Amino acid sequence: MQVIRDDGSLDPKLDPGLSIDEVVALYKAMVRTRIVDDRLERTQRQGRIAFHVGSLGEEAAIVGAAAALRDRDWIVPCYREVGALLWRGYPLQQYVDHMYGNADDPARGRQMPDHTFSRAHRYLAVSAPIGTQIPHAVGLAMAVKKRELDDCVAVFFGDGATSSNDFHAAMNFAGVFRPPVLFLCRNNGFAISLPVERQTATRTLAEKAAAYRIPAARVDGNDALAVVAAVREGVQRAANGGGPTFIELLTYRLGGHSTSDDPRVYRSDEEVEAWRKADPLPRLRKHIERRKVWSDELDADLRAVCEREVKECVRHAEHKPASELSAMFTDVYAEPPWHLREQQAQALRGPRASAEEDES
Amino acid sequence: MTEMNLVQAIQSALRGALREDENVLLMGEDIGALGGVFRVTQGLREEFGPDRVLDAPLSETGILGTAIGMALHGLRPVSEIQFADFIFPGFDQLVSEAAKYRYRTAGEFQVPMVVRTPYGGGIRGGQYHSQSPEALFIHTPGLKVVCPSNPYDAKGLLLEAIADDDPVLFFEPKRVYRAVKMEVPETTYRVPLGEAKVVRPGEKITCLAWGAMLYEAFAAAEEVAKQGVDVEVIDLRTLWPLDLETIVSSVKKTGRVVVVHEAPRTCGFGGELVALISEHAFLHLEAPPVRVTGWDTPFPLTHEREYLPLAHRIAPAFLETAGY
Repeated sequence: MQVIRDDGSLDPKLDPGLSIDEVVALYKAMVRTRIVDDRLERTQRQGRIAFHVGSLGEEAAIVGAAAALRDRDWIVPCYREVGALLWRGYPLQQYVDHMYGNADDPARGRQMPDHTFSRAHRYLAVSAPIGTQIPHAVGLAMAVKKRELDDCVAVFFGDGATSSNDFHAAMNFAGVFRPPVLFLCRNNGFAISLPVERQTATRTLAEKAAAYRIPAARVDGNDALAVVAAVREGVQRAANGGGPTFIELLTYRLGGHSTSDDPRVYRSDEEVEAWRKADPLPRLRKHIERRKVWSDELDADLRAVCEREVKECVRHAEHKPASELSAMFTDVYAEPPWHLREQQAQALRGPRASAEEDES
Repeated sequence: MTEMNLVQAIQSALRGALREDENVLLMGEDIGALGGVFRVTQGLREEFGPDRVLDAPLSETGILGTAIGMALHGLRPVSEIQFADFIFPGFDQLVSEAAKYRYRTAGEFQVPMVVRTPYGGGIRGGQYHSQSPEALFIHTPGLKVVCPSNPYDAKGLLLEAIADDDPVLFFEPKRVYRAVKMEVPETTYRVPLGEAKVVRPGEKITCLAWGAMLYEAFAAAEEVAKQGVDVEVIDLRTLWPLDLETIVSSVKKTGRVVVVHEAPRTCGFGGELVALISEHAFLHLEAPPVRVTGWDTPFPLTHEREYLPLAHRIAPAFLETAGY
């Protein structure tokens, strides 16, 4: 399924009917996501943060899906979807503070970078084990259904996760209990190094949904408006009591799996170059230029603003102190039991690994 | 007060929780029409409907993973894993997700769920219907682990576990599901987590036990009492967080310790208990602490009564420790 044609016009039969302001806002959010991503990757390369997992080339699949959801719908992320969280208004400074694990990190320095969450934005917590979030989304949607709410739940995962037992368990439960859940499978071609052709013997990932009696769509995930149209249809189905939807978003991971990866080892430059031509950003830009609401000048301004914003956030984050050592011992349970109080006291009065780490 | 066995007391707790809190729901394999393979949930689907007593497809990953999602939304799911031996497909969900969700979100999200599961041997169940995997969960920060031995405690502890805001593993001693009966109130009373109970006061030896083995420890204590060895038997009730205070004050009095559990010895909870006692009451010890446990083999069938730490193995351990 494609909406944006090569010449930037839209297929009228599939156009999701966003206002031009909405389309421009979507484009701006995609550009912002990419610039934040790029800055954090450089920051990691300079050794200033430990790790980053980016979304280069997948912005339409991520931000487009978020734009199609309503504010009250839950997002259950994989780990590449911070663009969806930022779309919902999560403060960029807070995200960058998390990347640094500093004193203002909402995760209090307990997680690797890019493990975000926000109850206020109805965005569950990123978890590194593959596929474990998928049953959570189904359970959350079962709770929504039980409480007769109108919300729905969208869960992101990659092509690799379709091999996990959690994926199949979750799809099966969704098929049986029919809760309002959208399975958003970002098929970006690779699970770290393994190409999707060797992840599964099926021709598509969407066809797996048939085995669970879940309606499925296969969408050009680099076409932001096609993503919006498909996700809206899924939301509509869920809101009308029609239950789950599976959407395969065909995209391509232009960057490495993470900053720890070297994709040149397992794929050719020619392949990557070919996919660069399908980059979702210029594609949407062509459409808004055709509508005469965008220009080179506006684009340059937007990029400059985003660059400044993220640089400022990085500068602030860098000057904040590290998260407190004592916070290592809280939130294991609602109330810390005796053994954790004892261990906290031992750690606080004990020797430090290095002088810089000493918070006293 | 009504006389109840463990199955009836647990059912009474579930019924009470379902009545009093609309956020409570049950999910598990065969728990609906059948009432569970041990009939713990018998009649509950008829009373509360299929939306609150859910027959789940046969996937522990699905049962535990979706329960986490429900709990994240504020429900209080009580999942039944048919046998503790079958919990492992869902182990990742418990260890990687339920246990860590509060921590990794700095308390922004919590997972108030209970996982009920019958554990332990003595029902001729062989290696896949007999195991006691409690130590694996005690070893996981973020989980609480409860193991009642009698109907009164089972009901009160289960109601407390359901009301608790953290994930709780609730191990039910299936060997004594129907064997132990006692008077249990109809009300929804609670027994606090983290409190052990001295069930037989004594002066010479402290014996730590829980679940089905408590009765074996008690029987062995009665037997050696005839020979003048006075054993104090403590029912841990909650395995984690542990009531160390009750244990340590008993050991300071007796100076001798015997720990009894069904799980294999190596890295079993007994090892941790002995380490804690050594740290907190070393100078009071008059004999090396002893562990009477399952052997370090898979759980057998034919010789399960020789695998289990029954009274015939506990009593000699008492005598040996007393004479050290």
